[in-house]
Amino acid sequence: MPLSDFQPVIGLEVHAQLLTKSKIFCGCSTEFGAEPNRNTCPVCLGMPGVLPVLNQRVVEFAVRTGLALGCTIKKTSIWSRKNYFYPDLPKGYQITQYDQPICEWGTLTIDMPEGEKTIRVRRIHMEEDAGKNVHDASVGESLVDLNRAGVPLLEIVSEPDLRSADEAVEYLKALRDVLVYLGVNDGNMEEGSFRCDANVSVMRKGETQYGQRVELKNINSFRFIKQAIEHEIGRHVEVIESGGKIVQETRLWDTQRGETRSMRSKEDAHDYRYFPEPDLPPLHVPEALIDQVVKGLPELPRPKIQRFMSQYGLPAYDAKLLCAERPLADFFEACTQHSKDYKKLSNWFQGELARLLNESGGAVTISTLKFTPAQFAELLTAVEKGTLSNNAAKDVFGEMFRTGKAPEAIIAEKGLAQVSDAGAVEAVVDEVLAKNAGEVEKYRGGKKQIFGFFVGQVMKAMKGKGNPTLVNDLLKKKLGD
Amino acid sequence: MELTELSMLELAAKLAAGEVSSVEATRACLARVAQVDGQVKAFLRLDEKGALAAAEASDARRKAGNPASPLDGVPIGLKDIFLTEGVETTCGSRILQGFVPPYDATVVRLLKEAGLPVLGKLNMDEFAMGSSNEGSAYGPTHNPWRLDRTPGGSSGGSAAAVAAREVFGALGTDTGGSIRQPAAFTNLVGLKPTYGRVSRYGVIAYASSLDQVGPMTRTVADTAELLQLIARHDPLDSTSAPTEAPDYRADLESGVRGMRLGVPREYFINGMDPDVESTVREAMKAYERLGATLVDVSLPHTKYALATYYLLAPAEASSNLARYDGVRYGVRAKDARGLREMYGQTRERGFGAEVKRRIMLGTYALSAGYYDAYYVHAQKVRTLIREDFSRAFAQVDAILSPTSPVVAFKLGDKVDDPLAMYLMDVFTLPCNLAGLPGLSLPCGFTKKSMPIGLQILGKPFDEARLLRIARAFEREHDFHRRFAPL
Repeated sequence: MPLSDFQPVIGLEVHAQLLTKSKIFCGCSTEFGAEPNRNTCPVCLGMPGVLPVLNQRVVEFAVRTGLALGCTIKKTSIWSRKNYFYPDLPKGYQITQYDQPICEWGTLTIDMPEGEKTIRVRRIHMEEDAGKNVHDASVGESLVDLNRAGVPLLEIVSEPDLRSADEAVEYLKALRDVLVYLGVNDGNMEEGSFRCDANVSVMRKGETQYGQRVELKNINSFRFIKQAIEHEIGRHVEVIESGGKIVQETRLWDTQRGETRSMRSKEDAHDYRYFPEPDLPPLHVPEALIDQVVKGLPELPRPKIQRFMSQYGLPAYDAKLLCAERPLADFFEACTQHSKDYKKLSNWFQGELARLLNESGGAVTISTLKFTPAQFAELLTAVEKGTLSNNAAKDVFGEMFRTGKAPEAIIAEKGLAQVSDAGAVEAVVDEVLAKNAGEVEKYRGGKKQIFGFFVGQVMKAMKGKGNPTLVNDLLKKKLGD
Repeated sequence: MELTELSMLELAAKLAAGEVSSVEATRACLARVAQVDGQVKAFLRLDEKGALAAAEASDARRKAGNPASPLDGVPIGLKDIFLTEGVETTCGSRILQGFVPPYDATVVRLLKEAGLPVLGKLNMDEFAMGSSNEGSAYGPTHNPWRLDRTPGGSSGGSAAAVAAREVFGALGTDTGGSIRQPAAFTNLVGLKPTYGRVSRYGVIAYASSLDQVGPMTRTVADTAELLQLIARHDPLDSTSAPTEAPDYRADLESGVRGMRLGVPREYFINGMDPDVESTVREAMKAYERLGATLVDVSLPHTKYALATYYLLAPAEASSNLARYDGVRYGVRAKDARGLREMYGQTRERGFGAEVKRRIMLGTYALSAGYYDAYYVHAQKVRTLIREDFSRAFAQVDAILSPTSPVVAFKLGDKVDDPLAMYLMDVFTLPCNLAGLPGLSLPCGFTKKSMPIGLQILGKPFDEARLLRIARAFEREHDFHRRFAPL
């Protein structure tokens, strides 16, 4: 089956839950994990007579996302009703944006091994989430939890510009990074606050007409997205090669069996009967709001990585790691105010800091670090100046991490200060050489490799606090090198 | 004069003077209900306890010299479309049987805060769809003027209760004429305010872009006073006007001298009751005598209003009524197997014929492939109708017309002819499509003593002028002082 004869075409629809405290059309909490139906009121329950009132924060978040992706922000957009029956949809319709969304035509650039690629973002619109049906097989009943009903979502729709499962995954990762950087989404795929539908089709290479597409619904991890799309591409090629036709349908990814399976065909596709929501006036986005959002836009991941490379002379690998999360990058930059050895700083971030954060199992994050960038820099300077050995510095750092005490205080407390007094070191060196006359003889006789032995003895005698450079220099001098 | 024959303001004056208590007035209403409602059938349910408790509280405030509003203590009734916390609200439908709302509609809260005892919930066409009250799942209401006649609809219960002196005033809703037409059929003043003037929060939606809440009373001053209590911005209703309401009572007696009143040539049609036409023309002449100038105006798209309305209103209704699915409240088909069957049977049994008809019409109008031809087209015509009015109001201060082409017709007469029934709203619904305020005023009687209504249409948020125009006529006539012979 010559897969290579075919060109996959993929478009993605991402649903991102917005990090607002309250729901999109009422004041109920959006908190995850509350007791079923705790976070509800007549409005999000769809009681008779209720009316929606728009949460302005949702608009602000949509505009922020739109601007970050280079979209045009529509001065006037409208709300529509998408009508369908389902027990988790309390009003019998979802309030969403349809033919006039708030943002249109942006782009997102992704990095692929063969170079960067720009994917077009066709539209971004706001909508309310539905609730959740819970099927209790033990009693043969279905229960409805409407805590999530009315939680604000952004739907971000790409053009079918993606040409492989890898590109799709890169796009999703880049999009998630942007949303998290903007503070509009927590990027949590497991809790469903960042989820995606994929439209997949294939065409023979050289063709211009897209093939029949299939929609893959609600996939909730990068791994599954890659697997589902790849499986679907393979399936399409197989069907076409064996003379069959792809039917337009919606399919689900079966994680157990590692394959997609049909959920519903075009024949029983819904007619959503969209029409303008009469309970909400057209949405006007004032120029002032756009200005305000522009002023508050953070630097986004890609430009930040570029800047870290040029401004701090860091390799791409380091810059990417440091920019993976906004608080990490911010902390790094705060440290650069106090220490100019950026590469060493970066190594400490990737080494000790990453290790300790990891060991804390999430209990400590960059935002809850107890020590300040200035203290961190002070520690590195001490190493640089030779007042602290590398190993001792790790101890001190561990203590700073746990207690937030100043490095100076810890060094004093533990007596970790490195001895750089030449006289004091010389005395120990002399002592060690005197004690090991036999080894000194061998060394002088040409067995140069035992030099480390002398260093070790001196360090041991000095409890590790001897300035290594000084110890080395003095040993070499005394041994007659 | 019987206590129950007083206007709201007359009763308020007696309450203020301490001549009568709110509890006495409430008891008088309850007695009247016991006496006549068996024939009129205006009430779906009484809240005797709640009303008396509210009356007692009102008397205590009056005694303390601290009334909550000018109408504190005046008993009223509410169309069953308004959610009332703790009191069953069915919207005239079987599907909401047993539904006890957990919250008050904004207008209900405002009236309670103003101290008006609510006697109970009044009958209506199911989900406000109808022009005769025969669409109620709980049986029709009868017109107090002649019991074999309809009181109009859909706020027919509200109209009948006020006309039969069971309450001093009531609130209705008007989507295509549902306040004005029953007001005309029962000799009341009925006002549909400008769209957005009164909150729709907690009012069960029929067609959201057309629905509006308004007062139904026996005098113009009562309507002004009641409107004053409910016309305000509501942050819970995004379509509620953010402007403050003026004092509707201030210019009530200022007359119409120098006003220009439009007479639309499209509003006198074939098939009109000749008594209605002559009486309305007579009323128009009265305005000339009062110093107004009658101006011939044209509203050329009037002929499309009915068709436009019967596309847009059902379209919105089909969506608004989707929530009655048996899942969370109201009735549920118990023996259904599976979800689809439960939906199907619940809605099949829960909704009446007219509601189903409009859901089907609306679903069809919004369906893929028909949307542009029907819904979008109707929205365009709606714009043309609105522009008709704008042009007319560039020349005149208000527009006069009959409220309904006929007087109250016999119960059962049009039940099997939906189109004939739809024609009952032909003069009232253009005003809803344009979002304008409209008022119906008693202006005379047929030879057989059935009431006739004069409709006064105004510019957006020009309710004060409509009331002033209505009051100018009312002051010179005593039609409103004639009571249903019951």
